Amino acid sequence: MLCHRIIPCLDCDLAFPEGRVVKGIEFKQIKYAGIPWQLAEKYYKDGADEIVFLDITASHEKRETMARVIEKTSEKVFVPLTVGGGIRNIKEARKVFNAGADKISINTAAIKDPTIVSELARYFGSQACVVAIDAKRRYVTDQEEAQNKVVVETPEGLCWFECSIYGGRKFIGLDSIKWALEVEERGAGEILLTSMDKDGTKEGYDISLTKVINERVSIPVIASGGCGTPKHIHEVFQKTQVSAALAASIFHYETYSIKEVKEFLAKKELAVRSG
Amino acid sequence: MGNIKSVCNTLKHLGAKPIIANTPSEVKAEKIIIPGVGAFGKGMNNLKPFIPKIRETLSSNVPLLGICLGLQMFFEGSEESPATEGLGLMKGKVVKIGTKLRLPHIGWNSLEIRKEACPLFKGIDKGYAYFIHSYHALPEENVVAATTSYGCEITASVWKKNVFGTQFHLEKSGALGLQILKNFVEL
Repeated sequence: MLCHRIIPCLDCDLAFPEGRVVKGIEFKQIKYAGIPWQLAEKYYKDGADEIVFLDITASHEKRETMARVIEKTSEKVFVPLTVGGGIRNIKEARKVFNAGADKISINTAAIKDPTIVSELARYFGSQACVVAIDAKRRYVTDQEEAQNKVVVETPEGLCWFECSIYGGRKFIGLDSIKWALEVEERGAGEILLTSMDKDGTKEGYDISLTKVINERVSIPVIASGGCGTPKHIHEVFQKTQVSAALAASIFHYETYSIKEVKEFLAKKELAVRSG
Repeated sequence: MGNIKSVCNTLKHLGAKPIIANTPSEVKAEKIIIPGVGAFGKGMNNLKPFIPKIRETLSSNVPLLGICLGLQMFFEGSEESPATEGLGLMKGKVVKIGTKLRLPHIGWNSLEIRKEACPLFKGIDKGYAYFIHSYHALPEENVVAATTSYGCEITASVWKKNVFGTQFHLEKSGALGLQILKNFVEL
């Protein structure tokens, strides 16, 4: 029986020698949480099923730092490592793979040039190519208002989901559902789906968004954005059949440990990896 | 091939001294590991220069371990790259996983050990291993050492004399993976 994966995400600011893990609130305010490879090792020992590093450094001169973070982490952490944030081409992807990453996650580069998804899948295999989608709700009063967009009925009203690029700073009118289908077609192995409306709020995952994308695509989806308690993780697994749940703040500030989350899920009879 | 770095790190963690062989003449080890992620055709192509050396070493009883694509290449061929011939160390073919569930099969799945005598699983009776693949081997001889289930039965490990394979990534399977790799190192 395949287990539900629990994935801690480390947002890394690499403008420091060893890098540091930070957590923003709704993609803006920033708080400090620790040194990346140290936190990664702690999470591994605590039962993390995978670990995601996202480079949120604004400048692009910090690639070497990320390589160092991955190298150091992969010496002691024996679960899959995903690296994302600012990877623009095959050459940069190769650098993080060579440092020890198992998968890379791309967002902005893929939206700007979708052929990079096909190229990554061809060079490194679909299993190594994760497409991150940062989606924001755009409410509408009727379908007419959103031409060529997939409008979804949510408890909060009708909306479509717009993709953002540059870490939530820019929008170009791209429909998240259509984009998810396109990246699947191009060979992406997984989708890392973040709700920008919920990220950092600790109010729970965007169930409507996660459910609709997970139902439309046939590759695994990782739900992200909004986790504040183990109940939220249970809710997203139960209501959407998503493959994995990603969380950051609840682990960074030791609100809950990964072990506690897994014990909670096991009590609710969800399959999780223990031991 | 993709996961060489991870496999080396894991071996070093266990106290072994891995050598990455870039040419066949560098294959001088007590044991050989073929890691590998990606497509069958490309993998076989990369392996081609090493094939005579691998066959020679195998006949002198050196243990060989294939991980993921490494395991798949032991077989005669694969649906993924029909024009490419496999190593043919084991009878059978590699096929797309015949499941109604979503592919790739990604994540931690429980192992069912089918050959308890298999040295890889010494001291292990159950546990979860990390899988990430869309194809798996369908052996035509009795070599299945472990299986897992994903809407159908999946070949998780094979064993024939001094040839061992795991479809799961033991270098990414936490403590269980470390134990299995340790068992191989200590053969």
